Parts: sequence; structure tokens; C-alpha cells
Amino acid sequence: MEIVIDAHNVSKVYNPETIPVHAVNNVHLHVERGEFTALVGPSGSGKTTLLNLLGGLDRPNEGKIVINGTDITDMKENQLIDFRLNNIGFVFQSFNLIPVLTAKENIEFIMLLQGASKKQRDERVQTLLKEIGLSDKTNTMPSQLSGGQQQRVAVARALASKPQFILADEPTANLDSKSASDLLDIMAKLNKEENMTFIFSTHDSRVIERARRVVTLVDGRITSDTATFQISH
Amino acid sequence: MLLLLAWRNLWRNKSRSLITMASVFCAVVLAVLTAALQQGVWDNLIKNVVGYYTGYLQIHHEGYWDDQTLENAFEPTDSLQTLLQTTPGINTSAARLESFVLASSGEKTRGCIVVGVEPAREEGIIHLREKLAKGTYLTQTDDGAMVGEELAKRLSIGVGDTIVLLGQGMYGSMAAGKFAIRGLLHFGSPELNENMLFLSLPNAQTLFDAAGLVTSIVISPTDTRALDQLAGTLNNRAGPTHEVMTWKEMMPEMVQSIAADSAGMYIILGVLYLVISFGIFSTLLMMVAERQREFGMLVAVGLKKRKLAWMLTIESLLVTLTGSVIGILVSIPIAHYLAKNPIRFSGQTAEVYERFGFEAIFPASTETSIFLTQGLIVLVIGLVLSAYPIFSAFKLEAVKAMRK
Repeated sequence: MEIVIDAHNVSKVYNPETIPVHAVNNVHLHVERGEFTALVGPSGSGKTTLLNLLGGLDRPNEGKIVINGTDITDMKENQLIDFRLNNIGFVFQSFNLIPVLTAKENIEFIMLLQGASKKQRDERVQTLLKEIGLSDKTNTMPSQLSGGQQQRVAVARALASKPQFILADEPTANLDSKSASDLLDIMAKLNKEENMTFIFSTHDSRVIERARRVVTLVDGRITSDTATFQISH
Repeated sequence: MLLLLAWRNLWRNKSRSLITMASVFCAVVLAVLTAALQQGVWDNLIKNVVGYYTGYLQIHHEGYWDDQTLENAFEPTDSLQTLLQTTPGINTSAARLESFVLASSGEKTRGCIVVGVEPAREEGIIHLREKLAKGTYLTQTDDGAMVGEELAKRLSIGVGDTIVLLGQGMYGSMAAGKFAIRGLLHFGSPELNENMLFLSLPNAQTLFDAAGLVTSIVISPTDTRALDQLAGTLNNRAGPTHEVMTWKEMMPEMVQSIAADSAGMYIILGVLYLVISFGIFSTLLMMVAERQREFGMLVAVGLKKRKLAWMLTIESLLVTLTGSVIGILVSIPIAHYLAKNPIRFSGQTAEVYERFGFEAIFPASTETSIFLTQGLIVLVIGLVLSAYPIFSAFKLEAVKAMRK
């Protein structure tokens, strides 16, 4: 299988000079293409920090992170921004859509940064809106969408750049159970049909149930890494 | 997309953006009108003062201005006349021969300045006919004289009386003549009223034994704003035997007064711009502070900081430019209205102005440069202040920003 993420001996220490906090401690993690992986653990266990490191949003104090064969550990900032744009999709807990852009424009924004043509953008946006079941909300502003709908648009935005994988930080934390279930259905469908790799941090047992691999973090260390049997819905 | 994003961001907080734009708008209107009124007042004053006697531009023999004697008179040669006729930008010109004499009537004697003029041409230079308070206006062949009202009063003479002039002509010769008073002139300036006596140019040349000679040629330009350019052209073409002087060189004290008054205006404008700057800066401060999470997200998903900074610059410029452009558009008709319908003084203030020959009005200038300058200054303020969001964008750390 093709390895998409290879985190080798990764550590992240905050305040190394004063009171060191080991947010991520000597983590080894390999993620293969098409995985549907949940990072679980109590609050403060280092889930979000690990996701930030894997997404190139933060830099490790030690170790190496290789994404799809490219070592991003020492990349310069602008290179890293470009790398994120073209290789990694992000879904945030608070949706973080651009409030002044419509659903279509939010999705299109990423492709504009990539320099895609109008035709390419229009086709991709229509496809993605259809996949997330929001074809009728093309020109709707985020403030007029429900939380679940906003998070679905966020997933579509993450997919717009055709990334190697999607990192989702507590994607269902702010959603009701119906919306959370709908979102998970979409993510699972994309994972299955398009072989899209998902890594998400979560506390949510419903999400953990749907994951095919569960990595447990405690105090910044991986304490278990289990392939699970997916419950059929 | 960045432009669209910036424009829409501007309207996220409508009240704040509108208040900022309104403050820019008010300051621009005030700044433009302050500058337009001041420029208009000075233009009017220059027109009045220059129109008294000096004219906008004069050609002399080299060294005449420093040593104003008949020995520095010159002959307006054919080539000089051709130069005046062919140089673009000259509305009209008139030759003068000027010297100092003693004027007496009966027992009374006073020193005065005799100016030989081309009466018809002087109408286009200093509007001499309009200053005629009594009697008739001189003609080129007239052998009479026109005197300032105050001079006539001190010599106890009136229209129809005779005045005797005694002075020095060319090459030490005696200048003496008897002239009938044709008219009395009223100048705004008391100094001119007390000291001026006008003869026709041929008459003055005869008096001073200076046939064919003049001491100055006064020029009225078609466009007073291009005066320096016209002076430069004439200076180059007239050659080194002549000096070409603008009113600024002939009346440096007036230039200093304008400069001193301008300094006061710059202080007022400076305060206005300071107010605008604080208004815009507070908006930018809030804009940057409350959108940290969004900026973090944008950088996280792949927006380069350079582009984020550009977007924020566009936002700050849009606030500034919108208020500024509307302010300029509104102030243009107001300035034009005030140019056509100047603010008029009344009562004692008006009397003081009119006593000195000035119109008691406050006209506004409609020079394009005033509007452009104010617009440009506000644009520069916007650009300078946008350094703050640019700085914030470049020092942004996506992870930290998203935690806020």
C-alpha cells in the first residue's frame, strides 16, 4: 500500500526553555492511502497538536514528517503554504468558512489559489456540492446554512484542491447527532468511492465507531493503534 | 477574488465602515474647501495687487530693478517687439517710461513718480481707465496728465488745472514741462494715490529727453498659472541685456506673506489628517483583531501571507478611497459654486478691504491640483496606515491565530 503520511519519531515541546510541555512525544505514525483513521484520547492528549504537525501547520522540535514522499519538516514557510494548498485538506471544528463568500465561492476559493480555470472550478464545485448534497445551496451565505451544512461545505472546500488526504479536527464536535451522522456518511462515502484518506481527531463515540483505524494518544504518546471493524449503517 | 473578498469584508460591519468613510469624507471636504478658499483668496489678492501697477511680468534692461534710473532705459527694438508678438501665452503688453520728478502747482511742490504709458494698452494690464475717478482718459497723443487723487489734493489741483514737472532727464539733462490735468485717478493703494502721475509715453519721452526709450515693458499673460514658464521662455529669448521679472521677484514681501499664511493652513490640514488617520487606524485595528481566526484559517488552507496582506491593504484603501472620492466629488461643485458666488464681507470689514482697493470677497479656487493633492494625501495616509495590517499578516502564525 502507498504510504501517504510517515511521521517518524515526532516530538513537539511547548515552552522548551521554561516549563516544557510535551504535547507530542516521540510519535511514529504511518498512514496509508485510503485509510479512515480516528485519533482519540482525552483532552490535552496531543490530538490537535499531532494533526497540526501532520498538516504542516506547526513544526516538530524533533523527528521528521514525510507527506507522500516529500519531507516537509524543514520546508520554508511559503513552500509549506503551497504544499498545504496542493496536498492537504483541512476541516476545522468551528467550520471556519469565509463568512462573506457563498457556499460555491468558499469551495472555489481554494481552486482560485491553485490557479484553476473558471471551467474547471465550475465543474468541480458543482460535483462537490452534489456529493455533499447541497446543490440547492450554491449561492447561500454561510450564515444562512445550518452547522451541519456549513461543515459539509467545509469538507467540500477541503476536497476542492484534490488533496492527498484530509485532516479533520473534531469535525462533529459542534454538530447535532443527525448532522454528525450525515457528515460521517459523506466522509465515509468519499473514503470508499474516491479512496480519499481521512484522519480526524475526535471524542465522539459515533465517529470512533465509523473509523477503520483508531489511534489512541495519551500525554502525547501513542498508546494504542488498532484496526477496527466498521459497523455497517 | 481578493478584491471581491476585500469589498465584501468591508461591509461585514456596515456601521463601522460607514462611520470611517464618513469621517474621511468630511475631512476631505473640509480640507479641499479650506485649500480652495485659501488659494482663491490669494489668487484674488495677487490679481488685485498685481493689477494696481506692477503687472504679472516685466521686461527691463539688465540691472534696472536694482538701479531704477533713466540710464537703465532701453529701446524696444523690432526683434523685442516680434518676440512679444510671437511668444505664446502673452495676452497683451505695454511699454512704460518711469522716473522721479518734482511736481508743483502754485506754492505747493511734491515729489512724485511720472509714468509714461500707452494708455490704450494699459487698460489690458492694470485696467487704468477703471481707476479714472474724474475727468477724461489720456490718449497716446494727448499732451495732458492724469494724477492720483491724493497727489492732486495735496497740490490743490483739479481737472483743467496745470501742473509743472521738474526733474532730471537722460544724460543729466534738465527735464521740465507744463501739463494740463485731464483726469484724477483713484487707486486702492494710498501710496499710489499720493505719488503717481501718468503721461502718454511720447510725452514722457519728450520730457525726459529719452526719445524711443522705455524703462519697462509690462506683460499680461493669458494664463497666470503658467507665468514662470512664460518668464523662462522670455528670459531665454530676450538675451542677457534684458531681465525678465515676475511679480514674485518684484514683490518678494508678498510671496513671504503667502508662505506664512500657507503654513497656518498646513497646520489646520495636518490636524484634519491626523483625525482621519486615527479614524482609519482604529478601524484597521478592530478589523485585524477580530478576524485573527479567519486569517489563521486562510493561511492554513493555502493563502500566502503576501496575498493576505494584499487583501488587507485593499480593504484599508477601499475605506480610504471611497470616503475620499465621494468627498472630492462633493467638494468639486461646492468649490465651483463658491468660485462663482464668493463669500462676501459686509460692514466695516468690507469697507477696510474696499478702501485698499480690494474686493471684499472670499472666492474659492477651482484648480484641479487642489482636489488631486487632497485625494493623493488621503491615499498616502491609507497606504501608510495599511502597514499595520500588512505587518500583522506577515507575523501571523496560523495555529495560534486559529486558537483566538
